[in-house]
Amino acid sequence: MTERVKLMQGNEACVEGALDAGVLFYAGYPITPSSEIAEEFAAKLPKVGGKFIQMEDEIASMGAVVGASLAGKKAVTATSGPGFSLKQEIIGFANMIEAPCVIMNVQRAGPSTGLPTSPAQGDVMQARWGTHGDHPALVLCPNSVTDAYLLSFQAVNWAERFRTPVILLLDETIGHLRERVILPRKDEMVITNRKQPHGAPGSFQPYDITDEDLIPPLPPYGGGYRFHTTGLYHDETGFPSNRPEVTSRLLNRLHEKIDKYKETLFLYETYGLRQANQLIISYGASARSAKAAWRIAREKGLLVGLLILKTIWPFPEEIVAQAGHDKNNIVVAEMNRGQLIGEVERVMDKRIPIRGAQRADGVLITPEQILAKLEGVN
Amino acid sequence: MPKKGKVEIKESWCKGCEICATFCPKKILGLRNDGKMEVKDPENCIACNQCVLRCPDYAIKVEVIENND
Amino acid sequence: MEMEKYFRVDKLPHIWCPGCGHGSVMMSIVKGIDKMGWDPEKVTVVSGIGCSSRAPGYMNFNTLHTVHGRPIAFATGIKLANPELHVIVITGDGDGAAIGGNHLIHACRRNIGINVVLFNNQIYGMTSGQYSPMTPEGSMATTSPYGNIEPPFDLCELTRSAGANFVARGTVYHLPKLDSYIEKAFGKEGFSYVEAISQCPTYYGRRNKMKTPLEMLEWQKKNSIDIKKARDLDSEQLKGKIITGIFAERDDEEYTARYDQLIKSVQGGKE
Repeated sequence: MTERVKLMQGNEACVEGALDAGVLFYAGYPITPSSEIAEEFAAKLPKVGGKFIQMEDEIASMGAVVGASLAGKKAVTATSGPGFSLKQEIIGFANMIEAPCVIMNVQRAGPSTGLPTSPAQGDVMQARWGTHGDHPALVLCPNSVTDAYLLSFQAVNWAERFRTPVILLLDETIGHLRERVILPRKDEMVITNRKQPHGAPGSFQPYDITDEDLIPPLPPYGGGYRFHTTGLYHDETGFPSNRPEVTSRLLNRLHEKIDKYKETLFLYETYGLRQANQLIISYGASARSAKAAWRIAREKGLLVGLLILKTIWPFPEEIVAQAGHDKNNIVVAEMNRGQLIGEVERVMDKRIPIRGAQRADGVLITPEQILAKLEGVN
Repeated sequence: MPKKGKVEIKESWCKGCEICATFCPKKILGLRNDGKMEVKDPENCIACNQCVLRCPDYAIKVEVIENND
Repeated sequence: MEMEKYFRVDKLPHIWCPGCGHGSVMMSIVKGIDKMGWDPEKVTVVSGIGCSSRAPGYMNFNTLHTVHGRPIAFATGIKLANPELHVIVITGDGDGAAIGGNHLIHACRRNIGINVVLFNNQIYGMTSGQYSPMTPEGSMATTSPYGNIEPPFDLCELTRSAGANFVARGTVYHLPKLDSYIEKAFGKEGFSYVEAISQCPTYYGRRNKMKTPLEMLEWQKKNSIDIKKARDLDSEQLKGKIITGIFAERDDEEYTARYDQLIKSVQGGKE
């Protein structure tokens, strides 16, 4: 097998990545600008023996995905802002019962119906805190079509490994972007499957944590291990409990199982960080403009570094702090009125000025807008 | 000879709703002061199983002790 | 029937109030599973939120207590992902007729192999007695303190029209008949809907001049009318009546079977 060179759209690449990771189930509801994901899955899943279903609404899609996951299939849904809002309750349910699943949100400009075919990054905080309660979040942001493939693959792997919903947060620009991609050989892609129990079915306790990774095994329905699952706080038997020691143990573990491995979850790119006294931080489609701005600034002789985040939640605090601690100007470029910039401010020394290059009018942020926030550009 | 039965009430499951007593054709069941059902007249059980069928709490068992059919 | 085979007896007694009919309906479901001879490993019971939705916790199968109104959506994913599973949904009049109504009609339309049993106690019990879409007109509830002015939904008519392969309504009072409807429903390929009229003495009865479970059962007995007899009556005569019996019985092809055929033809086309 050789590398796969293709011309591909971002949404299509998400589907390829998920299929290569072993996804066999998709449930969704049509919504711009994510519909190509559903269309591709509808065409491709039956060919590999998988199932596609167009549900009656966004909420039902999320429910069907969690159901399919519990029945043993790797499962995905895709949506955009309004649908992402509707799915939130069941994303929280998946968090609570630890159902592996991937939610692809191709962001459009909101709030409300907003601008259905215009790019935005307004759902950054919703991806973190959209569902109620004090839950963890694992959110990946691709900035190219190749990235869309790789991060989609990664999202499925991490959902299975950590037994958690993973959000692939695209935007309209990356979703609809067509570019040449060079994908790794299929046999180079390492697939992760959820952990299976080994003990006798009779003594199986679905949330009994014996492994160091704090993640319980998840047998499929029909696989010989009968168990109960509920969105209520539950003990190791899976049955409800409101004892404070049980609730705190569960909630803490939901966080710790991800926190424990967070160093391995931080995906990012850096450009010219060492010889720089200014730093641009960006992600998603904005990172494309940020890269152009960085290049122009460098050509002008400015000492600018660039940090492109791909994992935005959990927020890569130390990576950002490390990249920014010796700079005298930090520019955070994003297509909203300032969402991830708050996190950057939180982790940086208060003496370092942090400026937002922001745009939230449905138009892709330009390199010029980002350049304008750098020192020494005339 | 008609069937005879022995009624057994699982007290920890019984909530004393009296549905069994109402459906019992021989009226042998009654509510005790502590809110649980009791068999007041064990001799007259005909093992019809109405109480078993009707108990929403699965708290009643009837054993057939004599069957000369 | 062996209790231990189908129930998690260590979880009993159940949480339902004294005289609540839900225990009877849950037993009716278990009897149906027993009659079908299904391997408990291959049975999945899914519920939403509410009093009825607590049932799966007591039932020794693969059991899933989901979010409010969406059990049929979860069940659709389960059934489609593994059509070998027998998928039963336990829902209530709030969970299934209000917040979850849309999923119910679309599952009927697809005719997917899910057996829905709706425990209709005509009230939101878990939240202590608000009126539901199946509360009879004129009833008192905490949110209809002057009497309910909304007409109740007839989900049997709705599911029949929407394409379910089997539809029936029974009552806890007429328990053996309810058993037979559930058994018939489980024997069908495709979607089935069985509505079980249950009693909530705590939150419905006490506010509506039926202080005891017995009065509520008496109400079920007095107001029930067989569907065959109901055909000769007009809507005015049927007001407030519980129409019982089998509303639909057909053998349209089940959804996951159609999907499997689609896979075969798509994959066959590749050769």
